[in-house]
Amino acid sequence: MIASETGSGAIPMIKLKINIKIKAWPRLGRSEAAQGYFLVAPPFLYALLLLAAPLAAIVLFSFWTQDYLTLDTTLTLKNYREALSDPLYGELLLRSLVISLAVTAATVLTAFPIAYFISFSVPPSRKSMWIFLITIPFWSSYLMRVFLWKVILGYNGVLNTTLTGLGIIDEPLSFILYNANAVVITLAHAYAPFAILPIYVALEKIDRSLLEASRDLGESRVMTFLRVTLPLAMPGVVAAVLIVFIPTIGDYVTPRLVGGPNGLMIANMIQTQFLKLNNAPMGAALAVLAMAMVTAVSLVFLFLNRRYLKGQK
Amino acid sequence: MKDTLGVERPIIALENVEKYYGEYYALRGISAEIRQGEFFSLLGPSGCGKTTLLRTIAGFEELSGGRLTIDGKDMKRVPANVRPTNMVFQSYAIFPHLTVAENVGFGLRREPLSRDEKARKVAEALEMVGLRGYGARAAHALSGGQRQRVALARALILEPKVLLLDEPLSALDKKMREQMQTELRRLQRQVGITFILVTHDQEEALIMSDRIAVMFEGQIAQLDTPQQLYRRPNTRQVGEFIGVMNFLPATATVSDETHIEVEAAGLGRAVIAPDQLPGGWHPGQTQSVGIRPETMSILFPGETTDRRVAIGTVEDLSYYGDMTYYVVRLDGVDRPMTISMKNLVGRPVLDRGTEARVAWDARSLVLFA
Repeated sequence: MIASETGSGAIPMIKLKINIKIKAWPRLGRSEAAQGYFLVAPPFLYALLLLAAPLAAIVLFSFWTQDYLTLDTTLTLKNYREALSDPLYGELLLRSLVISLAVTAATVLTAFPIAYFISFSVPPSRKSMWIFLITIPFWSSYLMRVFLWKVILGYNGVLNTTLTGLGIIDEPLSFILYNANAVVITLAHAYAPFAILPIYVALEKIDRSLLEASRDLGESRVMTFLRVTLPLAMPGVVAAVLIVFIPTIGDYVTPRLVGGPNGLMIANMIQTQFLKLNNAPMGAALAVLAMAMVTAVSLVFLFLNRRYLKGQK
Repeated sequence: MKDTLGVERPIIALENVEKYYGEYYALRGISAEIRQGEFFSLLGPSGCGKTTLLRTIAGFEELSGGRLTIDGKDMKRVPANVRPTNMVFQSYAIFPHLTVAENVGFGLRREPLSRDEKARKVAEALEMVGLRGYGARAAHALSGGQRQRVALARALILEPKVLLLDEPLSALDKKMREQMQTELRRLQRQVGITFILVTHDQEEALIMSDRIAVMFEGQIAQLDTPQQLYRRPNTRQVGEFIGVMNFLPATATVSDETHIEVEAAGLGRAVIAPDQLPGGWHPGQTQSVGIRPETMSILFPGETTDRRVAIGTVEDLSYYGDMTYYVVRLDGVDRPMTISMKNLVGRPVLDRGTEARVAWDARSLVLFA
């Protein structure tokens, strides 16, 4: 009884409060823009605190210096000078770029046929099931999948045992684990669904009568693919490239676990600077450089995408 | 196009063409010949197979049975890209990533022409469809009517033997549609290419075509000229689908080859000519006669005529300004019939419930099963 009484009393109070608020900002309360701001406010705050603030801190740190435990807050370009002149950092940055590009190429090139198959060959009623199947690898943790790749690619792993067992090779292959190749294989597998989905969506959006029109106008299947399907799927391909490229360049778990000494990437060095060498400013400077590199490559792709998007609804 | 005997060879010949999807028959034995240079229409309600037939001619659907020849060549296993046909799609299928000129010139890639020659051909094609100077525009910046013209130019630039049009006017508004109807006709006469038009709009088919094939449920019900189709439909279904037709129960007796006597409810006895019978019919099978609304007229009070007169009552009317449509029930008939009258000067519009004297001619009767 008591609960219901307080309950019934509380509801009008809340209503009253809301009314007052709306009256106080009559325009803001009603306009759609205000509603929009209201809706994005929580995630925006979240992003501000957990993304913008740490980013600003990293940029600021990169202009400071640190000697063991004492932090010198005078602004200097010393870290950048060192990062750009020391060949070790340069090599790591370059290797990260090359590995990321290789992963991106491998992922997108293998994802395209799969997306094409689902979009063009799978009957419409089965498509959602196929998309569901594509996401099954996410049911197991990423670390598990990386470890399984070690089992597959290892010296006495599944692949080598099978190949030697079949008599195809005499000695186990060693170039497939603890080097850059292993990193590329593992990451390409991990990011495949992320590449398949945007390409699939772009392919689904293509009006099938356009393909018939191309055939009708005298083009073969191959030329129809090159002149109509591929250009129209380009936005999806570019999206896939960005989705794969941006996170892989900063990946450090995979190179640590399967990369061996020659498969390490810039993120591993950043981690080392922060946690082992107690040189957060140097790590910050490397992080900023890596971000600059990602931004530059992404801008190139965005520019390409804009060219393809131009002239499309 | 004549063969060695000087006989006109059809550009397209369909021999017992069949198409089925599993248990479903989309086309059930279509046989027809389409002549060189004619404007041919496939007319029918949705689901009658007219689009399927067009797509089999284009090469997008394989035949399940029968034979299709285009310009004397069997089209079995000939893919769409090597057939001498081009198509204007219902959605127009304009490539969104290309400009107007690139769209129109799409099929020219394989032609052994220089860049300049191709550009000139594209400009000519655009000129022909009234889109001069639109070449550099992005395809998405076009209106519906302009898209259609681009689709036309893109198909005609390849000088196909047959142009296939899949309901090309259905997405346009009324005014634009009427304009394009005249323009398509003009273009067809100008280029002399055989046009095959798919439409569900009987008026459109009548206006534009040299000949029309009326299709129901995967079969051709009648293939004739517009006038013949309208005036002498073979079946009640065709008569109902094209325009408005009134049906009255009737019996027919034949005394000799040229003398057929019909007894129609409400109208009485009449003698008709043999050409008013559907082809291959015995008059004894007759169960009803059809008569078009505009072939009858209601006499205003005091008006006399030497035509036959039947008496009825005005049950309802719709006044359209230029025309009045009367719903009249003839004495002794259950179902009322529609009569259309031009609102000429001095002709009064009758009220509901008044007696109507309906003038009619034996020549306008059509016999049906």
